[in-house]
Amino acid sequence: MSIAEQPLSGDLRAEIRALAQAEPHPRGASVAALRLVQAHMGWISTPHLNEVADVLGMSAADLDGIATYFNLLFRRPVGRHVIMLCDSVSCWIMGRERLCAHLCRTLDIQPGQTTADDAITFLPIVCLGHCDHAPAMLVDDTLYGDVDTPTLDHLIDTLREPPP
Amino acid sequence: MTTIRIDGREWPTRPGINLLQACLEAGANLPYFCWHPELGSVGACRQCAVRQFSGPDDRTGRLVMACMTPVSDGAIIAIEDAQARAFREGVIEWMMVNHPHDCPVCEEGGECHLQDMTVMTGHNQRRYRFTKRTHRNQDLGPFVKHEMNRCIACYRCVRFYRDYAGGDDLAAFASHDSVYFGRAEDGALQNAFSGNLVEICPTGVFTDKPFSAVYTRKWDLRGAPSVCVHCAVGCNIIVNAREESVRRVVNRYNAAVNRYMLCDRGRFGHGFVNADSRIRMPMRSIDGHPAPVPTRDAVTQFARMAADGPVVGIASPRASMETCFSLRALVGEARFSTGQTQVEQACGQLACTLLRQHPGVIPSLHEMESADGVLVLGEDVCATAPRLGLSLRQSVRQPTFSMADAAKVPRWMDAAVRTIGCDAPSGLFILTPAPTDLDPVAAQCFRAVPDNIARIGFAIAHRIDPSTPAVTDLTDEQVRLVEHVAATLLAAKKPLVVSGMQYGSPALMRAAAAIASALARTIPASGLSLVLPECNSMGLALLGGAYA
Amino acid sequence: MSHAERPLTAMIDPVAGPPDCAAYERAGGWQATRTALRTLAPAEVVDIVTRSRLRGRGGAGFGTGQKWSFVPREPASERCKYLIANADEMEPGTFKDRWLMEGNPLQLVEGMLLAAYAIQAGHGIIFLRGEYHLARTRLHDAIAQARHGGWLGQDILGSGFSFDIHVHVSAGRYICGEETALLTALEGRRATPRSKPPFPQTGGLWGAPSVVNNVETLSNLPHIIANGPEWFAGLGIGPDGGTKIYGVSGRVRRPGAWELPIGTPLREIIEEHAGGMQPGYGLRALLPGGASTAFVDDTALDMAMDYASVEKAGSRLGTGMAIILDDRTCPVGMLRNLEHFFAQESCGWCTPCRDGLPWVERLLDAIEAGTGMAEDIDQLDRHARMLGTPGHTFCAHAPGAMAPLASGLKLFARDFADHIAGRGCPLRHAA
Repeated sequence: MSIAEQPLSGDLRAEIRALAQAEPHPRGASVAALRLVQAHMGWISTPHLNEVADVLGMSAADLDGIATYFNLLFRRPVGRHVIMLCDSVSCWIMGRERLCAHLCRTLDIQPGQTTADDAITFLPIVCLGHCDHAPAMLVDDTLYGDVDTPTLDHLIDTLREPPP
Repeated sequence: MTTIRIDGREWPTRPGINLLQACLEAGANLPYFCWHPELGSVGACRQCAVRQFSGPDDRTGRLVMACMTPVSDGAIIAIEDAQARAFREGVIEWMMVNHPHDCPVCEEGGECHLQDMTVMTGHNQRRYRFTKRTHRNQDLGPFVKHEMNRCIACYRCVRFYRDYAGGDDLAAFASHDSVYFGRAEDGALQNAFSGNLVEICPTGVFTDKPFSAVYTRKWDLRGAPSVCVHCAVGCNIIVNAREESVRRVVNRYNAAVNRYMLCDRGRFGHGFVNADSRIRMPMRSIDGHPAPVPTRDAVTQFARMAADGPVVGIASPRASMETCFSLRALVGEARFSTGQTQVEQACGQLACTLLRQHPGVIPSLHEMESADGVLVLGEDVCATAPRLGLSLRQSVRQPTFSMADAAKVPRWMDAAVRTIGCDAPSGLFILTPAPTDLDPVAAQCFRAVPDNIARIGFAIAHRIDPSTPAVTDLTDEQVRLVEHVAATLLAAKKPLVVSGMQYGSPALMRAAAAIASALARTIPASGLSLVLPECNSMGLALLGGAYA
Repeated sequence: MSHAERPLTAMIDPVAGPPDCAAYERAGGWQATRTALRTLAPAEVVDIVTRSRLRGRGGAGFGTGQKWSFVPREPASERCKYLIANADEMEPGTFKDRWLMEGNPLQLVEGMLLAAYAIQAGHGIIFLRGEYHLARTRLHDAIAQARHGGWLGQDILGSGFSFDIHVHVSAGRYICGEETALLTALEGRRATPRSKPPFPQTGGLWGAPSVVNNVETLSNLPHIIANGPEWFAGLGIGPDGGTKIYGVSGRVRRPGAWELPIGTPLREIIEEHAGGMQPGYGLRALLPGGASTAFVDDTALDMAMDYASVEKAGSRLGTGMAIILDDRTCPVGMLRNLEHFFAQESCGWCTPCRDGLPWVERLLDAIEAGTGMAEDIDQLDRHARMLGTPGHTFCAHAPGAMAPLASGLKLFARDFADHIAGRGCPLRHAA
C-alpha cells in the first residue's frame, strides 16, 4: 500500500481533532487540517481527504470542494520538491518567461508536471510579494529573489540529490 | 398600497418582496436564473439587471440586480433601458461561451429555462471565437443524468441540494470558469430529494435518467394532473405519457402541500405502471395456470360465482375511494374487508378520531414550515412521509428568520440570512427508535422503543397540562428531555407535534394528540399531524370495514 | 526623515531581525497600550483614530475610525466579536505588509490589541497568506512573547480587557483579500465574497460583529495612540494623515519600498527613492497602486500620492506600490499577464467575471500572438465597460481587473492597432 493509501497516523488525527476543537465549528479548521496533511505527505490523496472529512464531521464532497478551491492545496501527487515560479506582472516584466523556458528545458517537463525521477514539480504561482527582487520563486518553504539561470541550475542540482 | 414604476408605468405590488418578484408578478419579461421562489436570492447570475433611478429627476440611474433589491414604494426602474438590455444579453452571451449548443439532442428541450431566457434577451450571434472549457461527467446513479458542459454555474443545484434538502454529497468544486458541480466521486446521489435537481437546474446538466432511456420530446407527451400514490401526503404531480405508456412524473405546484418539490420515490417510482408483472387483464386459473380472459367473459363467470355463494371483497389502502366504495356496495358491508391488518385498521381509525378531536390546527405541509417548535414522536417521517420531512427541515429556520427580521434583512436575501443565523438554535426534537435523516438539524434526538417514547410523550403532555395523568419512573435523562421539549413547545407561537402509525403503536399517537391538545389550551395555533402509511389509508379509515 | 517621522519602519533592522518584546518596549512599544487600557475608554480610542485621518491601507482607503464606528458597543466580555488582520497580501506588485510583519511583528500585535480594545473584540485573527513562511514564524514568536509578557491573554494590565490572537494560514487565493471572502474562508467554506448587508461590523465571522483591517493600517495604531492624532495627521502632506509605505517594481535602478509622508509626489518616489529608470530604459506608463489600478503615464508624475489626488488623475492609490511599464516592454503583453492573473483568480461566483475575464485574456493572447482582429478591440472595450462599472458584478474583483485594461486601451491604442495590423508584437518582448 502506498503512503497515500495508508491511514493517517494517530498523532496526526489527534492534531486535526485539536484544531477542530479550537474553532466555533469544526469546519473552521478545514484549511488548517488539509495543510497539515499536505505538510506531512506532500499532497492530499483522496483516502486522506476522506479521513480528514471524517474527523471534522464534514462530507468528503464538502471538504473536497474547499480543497479544490485553493491554489496551494495539491490534490495530485507532487515530487519531493516543488518549484513555484511567480508568473505575475512584476516578475514577468523582469524576465520570468526566460527562466520558465530554462526550467522546462533543463527539467524536460512543462509547467504543472513532475520530473521523471520524481524529484521536482514545477508550478506557476501568483505574486509572491517579493517584487523588488523580481523574478522571484518559492521552492518548498524557501523564498528566492533576483533569480537567474545560474541560481536555477545550482538549485536543481541540490534538489535532485537523492534523499538520504 | 405599494406602487412601483416599471418602464414609465405604475404597477401595484406587495411590500417585502424583491424587484424581480415584483416584475414577474407584473408580467414583465425580466430574465433570471439563480433566484428561485423557495431558495431566495443570491445575486450570482447577474441576469436580472434593471436600471434603477433614485427619483423622478434622476436621468442616469444605475444598474442593479432586481433579485437583490427590495421593493420600495415609489421605486422607479427601467427594464427596457438600452444598457440594461445590452447587459442582460451579455450575460447570456457569457454563459454561451462554453455551452455545447446541443439543444437538438438535449433532454431539456421544450422545458429549458436557458433556451427561454436566451430568446427573451435576444442573444443570437456568437462572437466568442476561442476554445470552450469542457468537463467530464459523473455517474450519479439510476435517476439523475449528468452533463456538465451545459452548466451555466447558477449554483441552484448545490443551494437546493445542500441548503434546502440537507444533502451533503453534492458540492461545488474548483473555481473561476472551471467550477464543477458533482460528487466527490461517481456514485448514486444519496439525498431522497435528488430528483428535484432535474427541475431546479435551468439547463440540461441534471436530467431525468429513466425518462432519457426511452426519450421523447416534451411536446410529444400528453399529461394529466394527478396525485402521488406512494405515501399518504398526496403530493400533486403531472403524469406524462406517450403512446399509451407512462414516461415520467413531474411536480405539479400545490401551494399547501408540495409546492415545487417531490421526493424521489414519488418522482421515479412509476416503474410499476409499466412493469411486466402488472396484471392488465382479468385472469382466471385454467388447468392450474393463470390465463387472461376477456373482460366480458370474466364478468359473466363472476356473476355465476356470486350466484353460487357469498363473495368477500378485499379492498386496499392504495385503491381509490370510488373503487373501495363500489366494492363495498357490491359485496355488502359485512363481506367487505379494507385489506389491512387488524393493527393497521385500528391505528388508522384511531388517527382519524384523534385528528377530528384535536382542538388546535391540522396544518398543511406548507404551514408546518413555519412551526417554531416541533416534536416528532416515534415516527421516521423521512421514511414514511418524505415530503413532510422536507417541510420539517425548513421549520428549523424559524429562529434564523426572526434574527433576520430583527436585523432588517429580508427573508429572501438567502446568503445574508444564513450568515446572520449561523448559530441559531433548532426547535426540532426527534424521539424515534432509530436515527432519521432529520437528526443533524434537531436540537435533540432521543432513541427508545416505541412504548417508552409514548410514556415520555405522556409525560410531556402532563408537564404542559398538569391535569392530564402523570408518568412515573422516568430516568433523570428522560426528565430533562421532558423539561426541554415542553419548554420549547410552550415558548413557540406555532408548536407542532408529529406522529404516526409506523410502529403500529396506538399509544404513540394518543401521546402525540395529548401533547397537542395540552398545547392548544394556551396556544390556539398548536398543530397535530399523524402520518398514515398509504395514499388512501385515511379514506378507508373514513369508510370503515372489517379486517383482512 | 527622522525615526519619529518614520514610525512604521523605525524599528526594522534587516540585519538584526525583528525586535523582541524587550527591545520593542525600549524603542517605545507598549506605551500606547498602557495609555489606552488605563486612561481611555474604547469610544475615545475610536475618536482618536478618526481624528488622525487614518484611512485603510489595504487599497480601499475607507476611514478606519469610521469603519470601527459601526460595531455594536457591548464590551468584549458580553459579546463575541472579532478583530481580523488582513495579511493576505497578494495584489501583484505589493510587498509592504511582508516587510512590516517580518520586520516588526510586535508592532502588528500591539496594533491589533489597540483596535480590538476600541471595538471591544476579544478574539483576534491574523489571516496570513500561506506563502509568507518567514512572516508566519516571526508572528508566532511575537505572539508567544506577547503572551509571556502579559500583553495578550486574560485581563491585560489588570484592565478587565482580554484579547488573544490566532494565526490562520491561508491556502492561496487572491479573492481572500476581499474582506467578506476572507470571513467566508475563516468559516471553512469556499471563499466567495458576500453581499452586504449585513456588514461585517454587525454580521461577520460566524455571524458575529467583525472588523477586518489591513496590516499596515493596524501597524499605525500604536503610534497614533502614543503620539496623538494631530501628530499623525501632521505627518501627511495634504488631506490624508500619517505616512505610507510606497513601493516601486519594474525596471528602475532601485526597486524597493520606503516609508514616506502620505501625499509624497510620485516623481519623488520613482526618481529619488527608486533611482529612476535603469540605463537604456524609459518610463512608458505605470500602475500607481498595484495590478488593479489604472495606468497613468509620465504626465501624472507630479501628482501627490494621496487617495483624492490619484483618483482625480483617473486612477487609485490602491496599495501605493507602483509597477512601472518601461518603453522596451510590450504593454499588450503586460495587460495579457495582468488579465491572466485576474481570470485565474476569479472565484467563479458571478457570470460576467467568471466567463468574461477568460475571454478578455484570450483576446489579449491572440493580439499578442499576432492573430488579433479589429473586432477584438471592440470586445475588449465592451468588457471594460460591462465588467468595470460598479454593481455589474458581485464584487470589486472584475472592476479591478478592468482598471488597467480600460486605461491601457486608451493609452496604448497605437500599440494595439500595430499588433493587429502587423500580426504580431512589434516589440517582440524578449525579457
